[in-house]
Amino acid sequence: MRHEVQEGPWKSAFRRLIRNRSSLIGLIVLIALILVAVFADQIAPFTFREQNLDATFLMPNAVNFFGTDNFGRDIFSRVVYGTRISLMVGVISVSIALVIGGGLGAIAGYFGGYLDTIVMRFVDVLISIPSILLAISISVTLGGGLRNVMIAVGIGSIPSYARVMRASVLSIKELQFIEAARALGTKKHIILLRHIIPNTLAPVIVQSTLGVAGAILAAAGLGFIGLGIEPPNPEWGAMLNAGRQFIRDYPHMSIYPGIAIMITILSLNLLGDGLRDALDPKMDR
Amino acid sequence: MIRYIVRRVLLLIPVLLGVSFIVFSLIHFTPGDPAMIILGESAPPEALEALRLEMGLNDPFLVQYGRYVFNVVTKLDFGRSYVTRRLVFNEIIGQFPNTVKLAALAVMVAISIGIPAGVIAATHQNKWIDNVTMFFSLLGVSMPIFWQGILLILIFSLSLQWLPSSGFNTWQQMILPSLTLGSGSAAIIARMTRSQMLEVYRQDYVRTARSKGLKERVVVLRHALKNALIPIVTIIGLQFGFLLGGAVLTESIFGIPGLGRLIVNSIRTKDMMIIQGGVLLIALTFSLINLFVDVLYAYLDPRIRSQYK
Repeated sequence: MRHEVQEGPWKSAFRRLIRNRSSLIGLIVLIALILVAVFADQIAPFTFREQNLDATFLMPNAVNFFGTDNFGRDIFSRVVYGTRISLMVGVISVSIALVIGGGLGAIAGYFGGYLDTIVMRFVDVLISIPSILLAISISVTLGGGLRNVMIAVGIGSIPSYARVMRASVLSIKELQFIEAARALGTKKHIILLRHIIPNTLAPVIVQSTLGVAGAILAAAGLGFIGLGIEPPNPEWGAMLNAGRQFIRDYPHMSIYPGIAIMITILSLNLLGDGLRDALDPKMDR
Repeated sequence: MIRYIVRRVLLLIPVLLGVSFIVFSLIHFTPGDPAMIILGESAPPEALEALRLEMGLNDPFLVQYGRYVFNVVTKLDFGRSYVTRRLVFNEIIGQFPNTVKLAALAVMVAISIGIPAGVIAATHQNKWIDNVTMFFSLLGVSMPIFWQGILLILIFSLSLQWLPSSGFNTWQQMILPSLTLGSGSAAIIARMTRSQMLEVYRQDYVRTARSKGLKERVVVLRHALKNALIPIVTIIGLQFGFLLGGAVLTESIFGIPGLGRLIVNSIRTKDMMIIQGGVLLIALTFSLINLFVDVLYAYLDPRIRSQYK
């Protein structure tokens, strides 16, 4: 296997990733979902807000693939547009958590001492509030809306990123190439940004992939208890909640958004698990 | 051991102060005038001002926070509900047992499904039973609580009519909520148990136990599982926090009169004092459970225990 030796670590990790059947399925489904989100305007036969009060509660049929809701809106179109909202919420809230949490964790791990103690005590405090309750409290303060949901979910998941980042910075900072950089007189913040953080990417990527799933779930949970994105925007959790009161007679209103959430989360989890195995340096040979 | 416990309890104090500060600040800076929520928008300005004075709302933020903490610590006084004007403590403590019961039942569901499933998967690694178990556990991790609750209601209450879809008094009423809340954690525990067992299987002492001629059952349960259990206990403790949070959603789905549903309803009525008290009580419970788990952990692991002799 000589050719593998010359391969870069990212390329060989990618090869391991797609050789694993379940993570390949996760990757393909996720790419399909991203395409659905990007081309929602072309895919959805109706807009998400178009009401037709003569055609409410239709069962799934040839025109309305998933049926219609209590306002006669096409559920298929709403689920399609919902993909856009959920993926966006997932990615942006994870980015918020990653920048703040990862930043705090990196600083704590690299500089140590008092800074470390202060940051980690703060993280301990945040972790003592179950994240959905923290997100609920923040949502109550900020009010509804897409942007506030992303902030609430993002802040709710800061602690896990801080911990992951701190742990990997701690393990890297003692390695020889960092010592070499220090011996060359490289400035501290350059060492942290140029040399340490790029090497922490593997665990952070895994954490973020699984984190996007968690963030989508949290946002849907907020939507489900009425704290999420304001109607008529088609957020999956809010759609489930709206369908709940008609569940006895029109279960299709809840079933399709539920399936959409499940498929999205499942694909992210499959991919995340696969990434964890593929990026594990112990698997390198 | 006692020194360790005392140290951990003392460490809890600053954490809880931090939690109360964060929650108090969030609620404090929520738009909306408490006096107006209580008296209504059409109340005369003099009455509003009088109430603000009475509630100390004109004092500086830190003074209000200090007074709140002082009252909570010395008198268990979490303030009064904006809506019912009753003491928050009485309102939340009445709902609390149902939430704890729900979370405890869910933990039991999670443990009694998760650990056996993980052990079976590990002892049959890469066989079909392992694949099936791991597929279901991945599905379990990917199922949102509220979606699963709705599905269970749809199947077992509306279609089959086996179990009631709401309430929390009889055991029949408790089955669906506990399953809904516990199955996600069961899946996580199963995955953790499987990977820990596989790890332990590679250890020399397991090989020794086997070569002594011990029955496979004894090797699996006494030698492997017992050693794999330590990290699993940590995960179970962490799951408890997740479950207390998830109870908020589960209680709303099944109409269970618990703390979570009270918090959700209070969001609608803008009853900030209830939200604040409820979140604090849940965070306190979570911290105490984590403390308990850490102590248990130290007790289970002789390596940690010996450090604190």
